[in-house]
Amino acid sequence: MKKRNLLILILFILTFSATIVSITSCNKIFPEMINPENGLCGPITLTSSQTLLFSAGNDQFFANRTSATGLGPYFVATGCGSCHSSDNRGHPFTILTRFGQTDSTGNKFLAEGGPQLGTFCLPGYTPETIPAGATSTKLIAPITAGVGFLEAVPDSEIIAMANANVNNPNGVRGHPNYNAIPSYVTPLSGAIQRADGKYICRFGRKAAVYNLFQQVALAYNHDMGITSSYMPYNPFNYQDEAMPTTPATPEIDNNTFYSVVFYVTALQTPIQRNATDATVIQGQNAFVKIGCADCHKQNLTTGYSAIQGLAYQTFQPFTDLLVHDMGPGDDDHYTEGDALTSEWRTTPLWGLGLAPCVQGGDVYLMHDGRAHSIQQAIQMHGGESAVSAANFSKLSSADQTAVIKFLQSL
Amino acid sequence: MKITLSVLFITILLFYFQPASAQIDSSLLNSPAKKDTAKHTLSMDAIYNRPFKKLGSSSLSIGGYVESDVQYTNTSGITNGDQFQFRRFSLFVSSTIAPHIKFLSEIEYEDDPSGDAGEAAGPEFGVEYAALDIEFNPLLNLRGGMILNPIGGFNENHDGPKYEFTDRPIAMTQMLPDTWNNPGFGLYGKKYSGHWMYGYEAYVTGGFNDSIINNSQGKTFLPAAKSSITRFNTSASGEPLYTGKLSFGNDQIGEIGLSYMGGVYNTWRVEGAQVDNKRSVNVFDVNFNGTIPGLHTNIISEWAWIFVDIPPDYTPEYAHKQFGGFIDVVQPIIHGRILDWDNATVNIAVRGEYVDWNDGNFVATGQKMYNDLWSIMPAISFRPTPQTVLRLNYRRQTQNDITGNKIGAAIGPTAGLSFGLSTYF
Repeated sequence: MKKRNLLILILFILTFSATIVSITSCNKIFPEMINPENGLCGPITLTSSQTLLFSAGNDQFFANRTSATGLGPYFVATGCGSCHSSDNRGHPFTILTRFGQTDSTGNKFLAEGGPQLGTFCLPGYTPETIPAGATSTKLIAPITAGVGFLEAVPDSEIIAMANANVNNPNGVRGHPNYNAIPSYVTPLSGAIQRADGKYICRFGRKAAVYNLFQQVALAYNHDMGITSSYMPYNPFNYQDEAMPTTPATPEIDNNTFYSVVFYVTALQTPIQRNATDATVIQGQNAFVKIGCADCHKQNLTTGYSAIQGLAYQTFQPFTDLLVHDMGPGDDDHYTEGDALTSEWRTTPLWGLGLAPCVQGGDVYLMHDGRAHSIQQAIQMHGGESAVSAANFSKLSSADQTAVIKFLQSL
Repeated sequence: MKITLSVLFITILLFYFQPASAQIDSSLLNSPAKKDTAKHTLSMDAIYNRPFKKLGSSSLSIGGYVESDVQYTNTSGITNGDQFQFRRFSLFVSSTIAPHIKFLSEIEYEDDPSGDAGEAAGPEFGVEYAALDIEFNPLLNLRGGMILNPIGGFNENHDGPKYEFTDRPIAMTQMLPDTWNNPGFGLYGKKYSGHWMYGYEAYVTGGFNDSIINNSQGKTFLPAAKSSITRFNTSASGEPLYTGKLSFGNDQIGEIGLSYMGGVYNTWRVEGAQVDNKRSVNVFDVNFNGTIPGLHTNIISEWAWIFVDIPPDYTPEYAHKQFGGFIDVVQPIIHGRILDWDNATVNIAVRGEYVDWNDGNFVATGQKMYNDLWSIMPAISFRPTPQTVLRLNYRRQTQNDITGNKIGAAIGPTAGLSFGLSTYF
């Protein structure tokens, strides 16, 4: 064999060997796993069968729906992942609009398509509009990670947090939002029912949704226009047709539905970053001192859960799951359940520091994304939170910076 | 501005580079059955510019190619391990029926992640091309049957053995719908004058459907139309898709192609009643190939711009405008006798790619929409003969979702290694 041929042969053997070695042992030519502190899509500790169910739910959660798979005709987004990028907060392009309810007596515009506006419609359909006389609000999607832990917080703990506020010197009060639950929702273990038959609800910006099962059914139906066994009526445009009275064939099967419910239930909580950083600790102390923690409670504890990883866990969501009066600046004259139109659920602050990673480098905070920085969001706190917001303004510049850094660590 | 710059770039290339040739020299392929008798060819000739073997004394010639690889891909540290992929098996049959009348068909098994993955039924085994050509004059040929729409260069010139990369260009398969074939008819012609070649193609065919803005990808996605099993019999809009291309070549410079494809894509009429406005899709494409004299460096590039009418009350996830393309640079480093192969070549190559599936701004915020991708893919290939290639590729890819997030459920920094083979037979 000529030397040249031998050289070329050796070159190829070396190249091929290097390839194999690279594949099997050298991680540097491939991206590294995302630090769990910076990613939210992972599950809690699960059994192998639970992991398979979680994986199936993950695929469905991030699947894009089409008209052939049930999308529309009126919708806000084409999939769960459109609003909850990386299981975190939403972006204004998928903001949703609700209308038609101003008090606890219920939505007066159900026959006109309430409570949610189909922002978009499939080609050929008439765009939906808010009926005359209806008030409305815009809502940006909240964070999904960790919601299974919130669901497992006992009603008794929520009531206890409300009771503890009775003499709060900053004027913080807050109360659970009691709401009627639909027939397909089974009350959780330890649920406390009020005399009028309503239950403590905790999901959504108004805390008007009872549990994740109901939340998934609502999201599929209101946000994507997808019918299920539990919400079998498609959203409609009252200007074109009357409210449907005949159930449609479910556009999502029960197994798929359950997998998505399990997926969101079993999502890990966001992990705080730089928790031992001196400035972060300084900021956390100031956060508590000025009264933010009166509503944004750091630690909650779960009760019983059928999923072992969720049961009897103490976790750090920075919420009390109560609705609080946020003042006239946040009063959109729309509500759900027993909440007043100016009352909003305390937003869990976990994952706040990752917002720019899921909102395209910007931040859109508060219920409708009106705040474009954490500072701005603090300044927009009124009503029961006005004292804390004012206290933040009185902090030294260093302490203000520390509070922001602490919030960015969440 | 982007269009202007791209045209300027291509024009500069046109004037600086020399003889046109594919990444393999087609004249070295064996036994073409009845290919064009002209001295030089254009990309539009690629369908016949393949190796055929004549079957005895019959008028039939056959040929084909196969393409297979193993890939290891990692996105954000997550991998599914080694994936062995049998991409394509393609069989060509051609026949000279009579003087100036010829027929060619291509039956292909394809298991490639093009089309709408959420709707596709799995690997396809179908007729990719089956058309009759009647030459009235070199400048006037009629072609009819199942044809390849002449949009750009890659759609007509995509055989695996011609490239040093295991994957087809992303912009051509995930933005444009390569391989995009449709039933239809049209005219084409060529003229040669000294070193210059001119060609035109003009076809009317079946076309796209509503799936391009209603698909499991959640973005404007022309390849989704490929997944419709009825498109070879039924036109969704009931109107033709027009495709036209002008090619200019010089055997001292290279070849540039300017092409357009457009028409109404949606089902706007049901039971005779109009249910929607007519909505059109328009595609503009520039392709170039040439070789730097002396260095024998081969360059192939193609860029396309897509404009789609989207209903005004539709989600911004589906874009009005997309653009993207690729550039391949291939440098032979060893050529000659290697082992027992007299005409072997070792190449190094690199492919750069960019696709923006959603060019525009959010109405809600005024901010830019993204959903784009950058990729660079260095390669080394060994061709024992011009018809056969062994290729080793490494890909680095970065992607943004629609809001500009770089990490998400389906995106993240990606790298991949692939080793594959492809050969004509």
